[in-house]
Amino acid sequence: MGYIVELEGVNKIYGSNHVVRDLELKVEEGEFLTLLGSSGCGKTTTLRMIAGFEEPTTGSIKVEGEAIEEKEPFERNVNTVFQSYALFPHKTIFDNIAYGLKMKKVPKPEIKKRVTEMMELVQLEGFEKRYPSQLSGGQKQRVAIARALINRPRVLLLDEPLGALDLKLRKQMQLELKRLQRKLNITFIYVTHDQEEALTMSDRIAIMHDGVLDQLGTPTEIYEQPKTKFVATFIGETNIFDGQINDIKGSDISVVIENGYISGRGDGFKTGEYITVSVRPEKLKFAETPQEGFTVPALVKDYIYVGSIIKCIVSLPNGNELKIERLAGEKLPDIGSTIYPYWNREDAVLIHNRDNMVFETIDSITFN
Amino acid sequence: MEKAHSKHNWKSNTLPALVTVGPLTLILVLLVAIPLIYVVVMSFCSIDQYYNVEFKFTLDNYKRLISPDYMKIYGQSLLIALVTTLLCILIGYPFAYIIARTKSKKKRLLYMLVIIPFWTNSLIRIYGWRTFLGNNGWLNSILQTLHITNEPITFLYKQGTTVLGMVYCLLPFMIFPLYTALEKLDGSLLEASSDLGAKPLVTLREIIIPLTSGGIFSGSIMVFIPCLGYFFVSDILGGGNSDVIGNLIERQFQSGNNWPLGAALSIILIAVTLILVRIYKKMGGDMESLGV
Repeated sequence: MGYIVELEGVNKIYGSNHVVRDLELKVEEGEFLTLLGSSGCGKTTTLRMIAGFEEPTTGSIKVEGEAIEEKEPFERNVNTVFQSYALFPHKTIFDNIAYGLKMKKVPKPEIKKRVTEMMELVQLEGFEKRYPSQLSGGQKQRVAIARALINRPRVLLLDEPLGALDLKLRKQMQLELKRLQRKLNITFIYVTHDQEEALTMSDRIAIMHDGVLDQLGTPTEIYEQPKTKFVATFIGETNIFDGQINDIKGSDISVVIENGYISGRGDGFKTGEYITVSVRPEKLKFAETPQEGFTVPALVKDYIYVGSIIKCIVSLPNGNELKIERLAGEKLPDIGSTIYPYWNREDAVLIHNRDNMVFETIDSITFN
Repeated sequence: MEKAHSKHNWKSNTLPALVTVGPLTLILVLLVAIPLIYVVVMSFCSIDQYYNVEFKFTLDNYKRLISPDYMKIYGQSLLIALVTTLLCILIGYPFAYIIARTKSKKKRLLYMLVIIPFWTNSLIRIYGWRTFLGNNGWLNSILQTLHITNEPITFLYKQGTTVLGMVYCLLPFMIFPLYTALEKLDGSLLEASSDLGAKPLVTLREIIIPLTSGGIFSGSIMVFIPCLGYFFVSDILGGGNSDVIGNLIERQFQSGNNWPLGAALSIILIAVTLILVRIYKKMGGDMESLGV
């Protein structure tokens, strides 16, 4: 299986700012890969290094198996769709889209033919003679995509391309982009901070956090089996419990948290380890008495009706709040009553706590 | 009733108008309109045998303006202005580009390098060049000390020397608008161009120059027009064949003592200026970048 883009041990440091740390990323041919993270996580820098606008401080970047760190952007067979579109304001839409072909000295009749095809593909027929300033945001976006695709790059880099569009248009463009990508079978590397966008469009998602690649996986993997606390909280809503493993029986794990015990299922953990337990709101259930493995009481505080779903907010004795999602119509406890939240053990995701070593160090200090 | 109402209106509208726009209008009338009208009137006056101005209408002054001698100087002046403008673009553009693309503190330093000479009187700076280039000047002393030449080389009193002085004086007027235009240039456009396969020189030709043509244009206007009038540069540095229109005017008001002729020449210069500005505006130039 060929990898089209390979990043090996890539670091980017600006002064004292370590923007990208030891990044290892292999992008498969023809896939839609999203770099997801909040602003400043290094995702745009990573994209710019692949495009050639930034040089990695250390590490290597290969496209189609060939190292390209030394190549200038105009020598690379990748193209970029910029966040601000970066359309040339003094050129017509036709000339904007034709720019890449003109640079390759493609004969004029062929330029005309290919630009016309491309404009059809992005549904911009009839806009040839207009200038970028005469276009709406969505149309500009299409021009930017058409211009980047005209050279038939092996990889298309997209830097938050839908960021400036309104919600409705964004949803529509998401589907269009996905359709385009399937049709042309080009590898897309897509940068966004919008988790919903990432879940909708991607074959795989790479979640970055503080310059580190936290997790790489399919949307389902990322949602169902987050590997870090950041990933768990960043993608979708979840309830987080920090605690220490007090007992392991086979795969069943009992965790002690403040005010009681909770349970989950997992392998590769050891007794005494500090872990984080993440449970999605829709997996949470409740009972009037403590259940086997679940002894934490909670106070029902509020209900929020969201159409077919009811969100129930309950608070633990330590003040932390949990969100429970139930279908409308189910029987629910009264506000002010005490309940015991629980869940099927396999529905909890157990995450090794990055701060484990810190806790262990603190534990090892003996007080006289 | 209606009368009272309108009277009230008159008061409420006119007083603030008088207080705000009034002084400005007064200054403009006193310092611009009246002198200008005076020059126009003067240009149609005649002189008596003792060169006293007589308020007698004549077109003689304008007829003299189209004599071959004058025509030659207009041509020469336009040529000097043209060469100066081109040189200013060639020198100013890379410089402005570097200032605009430099980040951090160095940018201010570079900018100051352009501005500081501006604070010194240009007449003094032109005399400085004369001292530098003269037969006994620094440059000749250096060349002779290093035995590159044995005889002093005459640098002064040539058309080229005048152009040098003009370029030196007017370069900042080219750099400022170019800098403004280049500063506004969106860096992602350059990245996009490179991304699509354009080599740096192609990006310069296809993107940077077209998008900063406004700056080139206003810079050119701001260099070309003063260049027609900067008589002191050609006076101090130039020889007999480097007179500009400004020299003609100066001579008529000073040694020639023929004010009506000088006035007519001034009108021609103003006309040329207005035509150039008009062309500039027609071609889509931005009046604000000319300081208008």
